Amino acid sequence: MSAREARRDAVRTRRARHALGGRTRPILALGTALGIALAAACGAGCRSGKEPVHLRFWAMGREGEVVTELVHDFERTHPGIEVEVQQIPWSAAHEKLLTSYVGRATPDVAQLGNTWVSEFVALHALEPLDARIATATEARPEHFFKGIWDTNVIANVVYGVPWYVDTRVLFYRRDLLARAGYREMPTTWAEWRRAMEAIRRTEGPGHFAILLPTNEWPQPMILGLQAGATMLKDDDTRAAFESPEFRRAFDFYLGLFRDGLAPPVSNNQIANLYQEFGRGRFAMLITGPWNLGEFARRLPPGMDAAWTTAPLPGPDGPGLSMAGGSSLVVFSGTRHADAAWQLVEFLSRTEQQVRFYHLSGDLPARTEAWRDSALVADPKMRAFGAQLERTAPWPKVPEWEEISIRLQDQVERAVRGTATADSALATLDRDVDRMLEKRRWLHARGLDALRPAAGTTGVRVAPPARVAAAGVRASGGPGRSAAGGGR
Amino acid sequence: MSRGSAERQDGAAWAFLAPALALILVFFVLPVIAGLVLSFTDFDIYAIGDPRVVRAIGAQNYTQVLGDGEFWNALRNTLVYVVLGVPLAIAASLGAALLVQAPLARARGLFRVVFFTPYVTTLVAVAIVWRYLYHPRYGLLDWILSSLHLPTIDWLGDPHWAMPSIVLLAVWKNFGYAMLIFVAGLQNVPQELYEAAALDGAGGWQRFRHITLPALQPALVFVTVVTLLANFQLFAEPYVMTQGGPLRSTVTLVMLMYEQGFRWWRMGRAASIAFLLFALMLGATLLQLRLQRERAS
Repeated sequence: MSAREARRDAVRTRRARHALGGRTRPILALGTALGIALAAACGAGCRSGKEPVHLRFWAMGREGEVVTELVHDFERTHPGIEVEVQQIPWSAAHEKLLTSYVGRATPDVAQLGNTWVSEFVALHALEPLDARIATATEARPEHFFKGIWDTNVIANVVYGVPWYVDTRVLFYRRDLLARAGYREMPTTWAEWRRAMEAIRRTEGPGHFAILLPTNEWPQPMILGLQAGATMLKDDDTRAAFESPEFRRAFDFYLGLFRDGLAPPVSNNQIANLYQEFGRGRFAMLITGPWNLGEFARRLPPGMDAAWTTAPLPGPDGPGLSMAGGSSLVVFSGTRHADAAWQLVEFLSRTEQQVRFYHLSGDLPARTEAWRDSALVADPKMRAFGAQLERTAPWPKVPEWEEISIRLQDQVERAVRGTATADSALATLDRDVDRMLEKRRWLHARGLDALRPAAGTTGVRVAPPARVAAAGVRASGGPGRSAAGGGR
Repeated sequence: MSRGSAERQDGAAWAFLAPALALILVFFVLPVIAGLVLSFTDFDIYAIGDPRVVRAIGAQNYTQVLGDGEFWNALRNTLVYVVLGVPLAIAASLGAALLVQAPLARARGLFRVVFFTPYVTTLVAVAIVWRYLYHPRYGLLDWILSSLHLPTIDWLGDPHWAMPSIVLLAVWKNFGYAMLIFVAGLQNVPQELYEAAALDGAGGWQRFRHITLPALQPALVFVTVVTLLANFQLFAEPYVMTQGGPLRSTVTLVMLMYEQGFRWWRMGRAASIAFLLFALMLGATLLQLRLQRERAS
């Protein structure tokens, strides 16, 4: 019996005694004695049968609110496990998780933005899951979108199971595209660009074909992914923004501003995104699932048929998008890894994924869940379903968020013309190389922090030998805010 | 007094001081030493996971911080805040103190409380209200500007205006504290001096210049030093109002330190920024004290 449970029992007994009054004391005493005798006879072995396992589950923001409903069902179907859901605001989640790790107070199981996985693996805070997945029925790689599953794989070891996904698609004004002579959104960069030029011609000055806020890094990054850029190289120990692949994407991106197809403005300079989109100030933007609801609510009435969504075009045919979202992870300090895994399995079931979508609006990570009528019926949702078949993670390194901010700075400089594309990318590579110095050192010493430390608890899986760089190429999801379904 | 009793007295003094000294040692001296040691290592996220990977890297943190544009940007923003904020804060608090102490003033107690209220109000609550005041569409300030047919300002969204907006908020928030010190100083000025000066035909400005200001000199020194030190450590206001944006125009040194330490978990780097800031503040304070001493002599 843990100290906490013992304390709780003591309180319970005291309360009971109080309620029953003095007369029943002998009976109670007898009962207590019996209980002690039983416990002694029983020992550690049958405790699990009697005492419910108390599972601590941390979930963020809105997800933390709605998941309690699913958890009730879990507790009903899994007697012997009680789950305490702790809801953490997204803005504080990262810090709270890290401090809980430092203070050895991590939960048993938690929701984790999938860009954070590599960081917590570097801390040796997560339980490797391969052995469990090998015998699992629900949480298996073939049930999930591949790009999303990949975000949880660090150096060939799986540390998380996707819970919901977040990606970016093209939201566009169908009427403006039609006026420019296009019935459908093109699927290649060249055609896409021609369509944008046509829109600029038909709409005239003051109107733009696409909005790419200069203070958002996912757009240039997604174009990079599409062109085959890896951003980092040499086992993620060096920057590779000057690679021909990224350069190609960057030139395409900068060209849109140079030729007046995209306005060089940041998000803060757009007074009201929905109003401007409604007025046709720009005909397209690249954004995420949360905006489906926002657009439906905030656009002027009657606009519903005028806009729709499409998967992103790519260099030569449908392109990749980012693999964002949240994963479910088991913390390595847990004493209830089995129960924690049962919860992960439960939340990975198709019907629970569908229910979770209806409760939260978060897109299911499990492919079968996308056969649900609500997802199939909505034509604007279909683009997301199609896009999820083509997603790829960002580099899975703890430094990623810092790198992305540097990228954003340099992109903004290049767009505003205070730096040339060459110098922006060279500066970026230099800065990022400096950030990754520690990784190079760890790598050279064979002290790879990405490997699970010897002596972590739970199922121990020998990390498979590092495969060729292409296979290792890990990771990534949205920025922290994106993971939060933010704006 | 015999030597023995002097020693006994010394012992007693140490015994009485011991609790306070122990606290200072544990909660101040040791952390500062630890921080200094930390600033010569590359303690980071990998080191939290596995302490064996900490390296002693000499002064590299310092050279890299000084070689990084981020630091100079933060320093510039901090200096802008100090240069704008310190004189403004002192002027505001001195002005308020003179007003509430003016012979004609009514309801002094009430005004003192009202002026002091912002200082004791939680910043987060204040920030919410000020974000509304600064709002480009619904804000009071821009409403006033537009009704005067002046161009409106995107207070927190424009990189040029964001820091001045923070200065305004911070001055309003903090002037009450220095005002109380000035009020106390003003109450110590003998009334006879004013009467004598008035008899000699000194006007209001002359009385202020030759009686009030010299009498307030100690308070002024104290307030200037304290305000200067506080302004160098600006963090909470931009953190809640702008998160350092737009275009990093409100990132201060302390915020940079916070980012390095608690966002990117580069503890060594953050510690080195802390010591650079310490050196800067020490220098500024010494310079300021010397200037005031020269002016006094």
